[in-house]
Amino acid sequence: MEMTNQKKYWKENLKYLAILLTIWFMVSFGFGILLVEEMNTIKIGGFKLGFWFAQQGSIYVFVILIFVYILLMNKLDKKFNLDK
Amino acid sequence: MDIQTWTWILVGITFTLYIGIAIWSRAGSTKEFYVAGGGVSPLANGLATAADWMSAASFISMAGIISFSGYDGSVYLMGWTGGYVLLALLLAPYLRKFGKFTVPDFIGDRYYSNVARSVAVFCALIVSFTYVAGQMRGVGLVFSRFLQVDINTGVIMGMIIVLFYAVLGGMKGITYTQVAQYCVLIFAFMVPAIFISIQMTGDLIPQLGFGGADQNGVFLLDKLDNLHKELGFAAYTTGTKSKLDVFLITAALMCGTAGLPHVIVRFFTVKKVSDARKSAGWALLFIAILYTTAPAIAVFSRINMIETVTDKKREEMPEWFSNWETTGLIKFDDKNKDGKIQYLADASKNELIVDRDIMVLANPEIANLPNWVIALVAAGALAAALSTAAGLLLVISASVSHDLIKKMIKPSISEKGELVAARLSAVVAVCVAGYFGINPPDFVAATVALAFGLAAASFFPAIILGIFSKRMNKEGAIAGMIAGILLMIFYMTKFKFDWFGGGTEADWWFGISPEGFGTVAMFANFIISTLVSRCTPPPPREVVEIVENIRIPSGAGDATH
Repeated sequence: MEMTNQKKYWKENLKYLAILLTIWFMVSFGFGILLVEEMNTIKIGGFKLGFWFAQQGSIYVFVILIFVYILLMNKLDKKFNLDK
Repeated sequence: MDIQTWTWILVGITFTLYIGIAIWSRAGSTKEFYVAGGGVSPLANGLATAADWMSAASFISMAGIISFSGYDGSVYLMGWTGGYVLLALLLAPYLRKFGKFTVPDFIGDRYYSNVARSVAVFCALIVSFTYVAGQMRGVGLVFSRFLQVDINTGVIMGMIIVLFYAVLGGMKGITYTQVAQYCVLIFAFMVPAIFISIQMTGDLIPQLGFGGADQNGVFLLDKLDNLHKELGFAAYTTGTKSKLDVFLITAALMCGTAGLPHVIVRFFTVKKVSDARKSAGWALLFIAILYTTAPAIAVFSRINMIETVTDKKREEMPEWFSNWETTGLIKFDDKNKDGKIQYLADASKNELIVDRDIMVLANPEIANLPNWVIALVAAGALAAALSTAAGLLLVISASVSHDLIKKMIKPSISEKGELVAARLSAVVAVCVAGYFGINPPDFVAATVALAFGLAAASFFPAIILGIFSKRMNKEGAIAGMIAGILLMIFYMTKFKFDWFGGGTEADWWFGISPEGFGTVAMFANFIISTLVSRCTPPPPREVVEIVENIRIPSGAGDATH
């Protein structure tokens, strides 16, 4: 495989990582910790939102993030013919 | 039937199942022993990883810790799940492509140095041993409470079972027993949770139930916050730890999770790079089922307990109260001699001490669930402890037989000889773990949580930099790992065991707890590695090629020596 292709693939991968890890950081460290008081002023059912993100929401988002990454990378592997 | 008969039956059935699987899937080669032959399906590997990961601490202690600490307990929930995102995105696929047996293998080859390899072996052994001792203790605890045998007899029974299937089956046996153990433990965790959720809120799903309302239309969380206020505790949903500390502990647990050798090694057992990603996804999904239920159990059991005991007469307490009193996990001291129980935040007036571990174990009894459910919890707790212990023992035996003997001391050892060495080191490791389970040193409880700080401060930066930086060389990585782990050990021994002059909470640097300090030590590792690597020669050409190669998923061969 050509060097340039390899670089393109890696760059694309790093872009996905940057986006997904930003979301990862936002839902846990952001909503669940740093902004928890602000989020707690919003209430959904019996849950204060900040508390919910810290004990429930962040975990659901984590699961979704990994499966999105799997889909994105499977596509990318195919595009660059690296899926063997 | 009574609880004890039910427990013997359920424990008997599950143990027979584990042994049966071990005999069916015993390992015949080192490859089968270390990485289960490398052909495990992503789904099975996800199940096995989840069981491997969820220890006695997750099953027995976590809901209780959250129950007593409320919002502060979130660090464990986010920390122990968020690490899987890092694993799936930053580590697992590349380490699988690299295709070796162990984590020190990667460190040793990537940093072309046996010094780096030895440092990694040392870190792997410290982390794994502190962890495994806690598991054996958990096994003993469950045996003693539910089967009325001596706690030490319980530990020995656990040792024999683990010995049997870890030594015989290696990674292959462990993988398939862990699949069975996941099913047992998740069933055992969910059944009482669902029962109690229906009892308290009418909601079938605990995750929704604890945001719901009771019969009077009061939201459970509001009710709990109010109960806490009346008894003098901090509000359940806000917590007391400083924001900085919560942040750092969460980060240390996340990065530590991603750096734990017994978790990483699971990703060597699948066929392809894409399978490694998939197994991380499955693993987190299966873990999330327990981790999102635990905070619900925490709330249910907290309310149940406070309402059952507060201002009630001692002799009116249900049977479980005396049962747990005899184990010493509940202590009642009638300070004001009114014959009633006062459970208060103020230590001088509080009359009841409840060990957090019983929140899960006693929950079904407190909620008056049928006997078979109570017995099921015992079987689940054993599954959780045994599966994690087996995974850790395998890391220890592979570190000794593969990283130490095969790679450093006696490279000429035959395949058969290495397999014998692997089995022997597993036997020795089980005995050492059992010894610590029977005679738990004080540091075990303290260091299990700190094992994550150690892993975060040592492995995590070395692996990440090894993949994402082509410039990182052996000098940088070794300096970083040593600095990171020493800094962490220093801070932990200073504030946990009073070495180096000791100190109290007030002396913590910037108010950072030893648990959260792993993040600081990790950053120190990153910075020192980078600085040192810039002042020393770049890695040789063939190492740069290794890095380029692991970044592409195609052509991942089988895991090899």
